Amino acid sequence: MACLIGSCASTRTIEMLEALQFEFMQNALLAGVLTSVACGIIGTLVVVNRIVFISGGVAHAAYGGVGLAFFLGISPLMGATGFSLLISAIMAIVTLKNKQRADTVVGVLWAVGMAMGIILIDLSPGYNVDLMSYLFGSILAVPRSDLVMMFAVDLIVLLVVTRYYNSFLAMSFDEEFAQAAGVPVRALYFTLLAMTAFVVVMVIRVVGLILVIALLSIPPYIAERYSESLRSMMVFSVILSLLFTLLGLWFSYLFNLTSGATIIMVAAAFFFISLVVDRVRARLSRSSPSPV
Amino acid sequence: MQPLAIEVKDVWFSYDRQLVLREVNLHIRQGEFLAILGPNGGGKTTLLKLMLGILKPTGGIVRILGQDPSHMTGRIGYVPQDTSVNKDFPISVMDVTLMGRLGHMGLSRRYSDEDRAQARQALERVDMWEYRGRPIGKLSGGQRQRVFIARALAANPLIIFMDEPTASVDKEFQTDLYEFLKELNVSSTVVVVSHDLSVLSSYVKSIACLNQTLYYHNSAEITPEMVDMAYHCPVELIAHGLPHRVLRKHEDH
Repeated sequence: MACLIGSCASTRTIEMLEALQFEFMQNALLAGVLTSVACGIIGTLVVVNRIVFISGGVAHAAYGGVGLAFFLGISPLMGATGFSLLISAIMAIVTLKNKQRADTVVGVLWAVGMAMGIILIDLSPGYNVDLMSYLFGSILAVPRSDLVMMFAVDLIVLLVVTRYYNSFLAMSFDEEFAQAAGVPVRALYFTLLAMTAFVVVMVIRVVGLILVIALLSIPPYIAERYSESLRSMMVFSVILSLLFTLLGLWFSYLFNLTSGATIIMVAAAFFFISLVVDRVRARLSRSSPSPV
Repeated sequence: MQPLAIEVKDVWFSYDRQLVLREVNLHIRQGEFLAILGPNGGGKTTLLKLMLGILKPTGGIVRILGQDPSHMTGRIGYVPQDTSVNKDFPISVMDVTLMGRLGHMGLSRRYSDEDRAQARQALERVDMWEYRGRPIGKLSGGQRQRVFIARALAANPLIIFMDEPTASVDKEFQTDLYEFLKELNVSSTVVVVSHDLSVLSSYVKSIACLNQTLYYHNSAEITPEMVDMAYHCPVELIAHGLPHRVLRKHEDH
């Protein structure tokens, strides 16, 4: 075992290129690409509308849907999707009705969903569910059928967001002005949360429900400082999300680590680098006299 | 006969179980310049949101130009408080101004050349056209206020509503602002909401005081009684440095 890390890594890289011949690896890469598209677009809307906490709640409550699916003997993906949609609708109603208390209710639904999932799985006979794959993702085990669903989610998100872009922009920037101008803010808000539910279920596949918030919020957070419009923020977020997912996947293969967690660590590294870069930039612009 | 610009009839409003507005009546003709004053928490913003159609009254009727506020979206200009805006939001001055055109188009339509022309005109009117590409967060408070006025003007509104217009601008710009509003008042009705009594100036044509209930005088003069009732404490009002006194002298001292 006396090989240098560098040469080991390069051998592993060659192995990785060989691994690309395998279907599971191709599927993983494709899943990464498809998820990044939806994640970057919806993540941007989630961040600027300040519903990161709600999307975290939906992600965790989705586990209730997984449990329900096993209990009823239906597909876990269906269970998680249906349940997330229901939870996101409840959260939309609660947040629209009472903004002050909304975070408490979201927190409760967050925990109740998870608890319900665990108990339902306890009650399901004969099933030994791999809890870890839902908690931390299983991008290396994405079946073709899931890829089709991911593609469908991407298509829906792209269509809805491009078609109603100006209305989403108005709602996100200034909700009250949008309302006064006749933009149907409530309907848009419900639509946004429903799309978030779809995307969250999709991202659970890649990084797991615990880490969904990170992949949804870190790329837009970094992108926001370098973007001049919501549209460019979305595009930049998609690119960053893709970068994190692919790099994370590569590192996880290279060093034999859990893929979901590695993806998030890559994202976190970029997050901290961007904070440092911002600090330095701010200091530089303060020390040199500004031209304006 | 021209319909009234604003008609508020026996309006009650409560959040949950807390009463905010009680039996509010207000009739404003077109061409008015109205200031609604009152303490914070007195229901000013609520009344404004009712007139904009953002909120529905618990009881009573609100009519804008004879119709339900939600049907008048294209004819109302709204300038919100500067503090309510997210300054990190990645959006340019032009894109903010274009939002003023939303009331004139369907849910999903793109902005037309006409929309862009109107937005340009509005920005030129407030001297902000050269800043059209700037991110909104990189402007000063006064400049941002102008952009929000331009956004309201882009709709070609018959009525303009402003919430605390002087809250985040310097004294110098305040005078410019009122001068500008006076100019706008030639063609549209202007309603200004503020907790700051110093907005009273020679520009305003009528004043209402709001603290759960509304006290309205059809002249640009606050009576000590109105202030007493609105603020629940006698306030000695002296109009420092304003071109005209807005208050009668207290005679019985």
